[in-house]
Amino acid sequence: MLHAISMGAALAILWALLSGMFEPLLLGLGLASIIVTVWIAHRMDVVDHEGHPIHLGPRSVIYFPWLVWEIIKSNWDVAKIILSPKMKIQPHIFKTKASQLSDVGLTTYANSITLTPGTVTITMEMDNSFEIHALTDAAREGVESGEMDRRCTAMEGMKKTAVPKGGKS
Amino acid sequence: MFEFLQTPVGPLPLADWISWICIVIGAFFAIVGAVGIVRFPDVFSRMHGAGMVDTMGINMILVGLMFQADEWIVIVKLGLILLFIFFTSPTTTFALARAAIHGGVNPGPKADEPHKTAKQETTSSNT
Repeated sequence: MLHAISMGAALAILWALLSGMFEPLLLGLGLASIIVTVWIAHRMDVVDHEGHPIHLGPRSVIYFPWLVWEIIKSNWDVAKIILSPKMKIQPHIFKTKASQLSDVGLTTYANSITLTPGTVTITMEMDNSFEIHALTDAAREGVESGEMDRRCTAMEGMKKTAVPKGGKS
Repeated sequence: MFEFLQTPVGPLPLADWISWICIVIGAFFAIVGAVGIVRFPDVFSRMHGAGMVDTMGINMILVGLMFQADEWIVIVKLGLILLFIFFTSPTTTFALARAAIHGGVNPGPKADEPHKTAKQETTSSNT
């Protein structure tokens, strides 16, 4: 229920921001659209912690700026490689373990790896290990240092009150 | 908008300065990413070049355009575009990687490092 309310609120904000007009007719249409959308989403069973991860809220404020900074740094590294005449690259595959517990956390971690240029997540096994394609050894060391993994787990913030993994309703 | 700074071609508002810097940085990374797509030797390496265009290239250009906006609603819409691209581009990269693996492209040598485990059948397929 909480997720449905927050989804409705998010949709209302989105409607208001995108339309920018506050006439009764348009607001009424917006309200009707929101109700229908939330109802359909409820019927599809996607209104849960996965489809609408509000529980990440404040912690993601710490994580995402850090991620943006990482993306900028690795962009610069890859740009240097591309522009260097020799282009010393060692493209290879490696495996790493992810320590997140929930699907949302795992997805965030996998997507964060893909977002930073130099590393691309290729597969995710059932035992939470990722197969990652790295452009250089330095890019691999960046992932294997575990900094991103640790921060992602911290953002996930699940200790004991964990939603069971793969717990689809 | 704020104070006007002098340039060789006349005064330019501060917002325009920021806007220009962001757009030039974004364009630089987009071009370098495109060069990377041409220069890298195989499919998986090229994805890294494409990833640069997806992240720094497009995001810096969008941030630069935000400083050009006259109304707040334009800023909001650009921000939403930025957000959606930020969250969907890894998915497309992932789909591309899966398609390449499925099509039998050799993703390169495996690293013999401690994290390597027994499960290899997904990637060590034929070339």
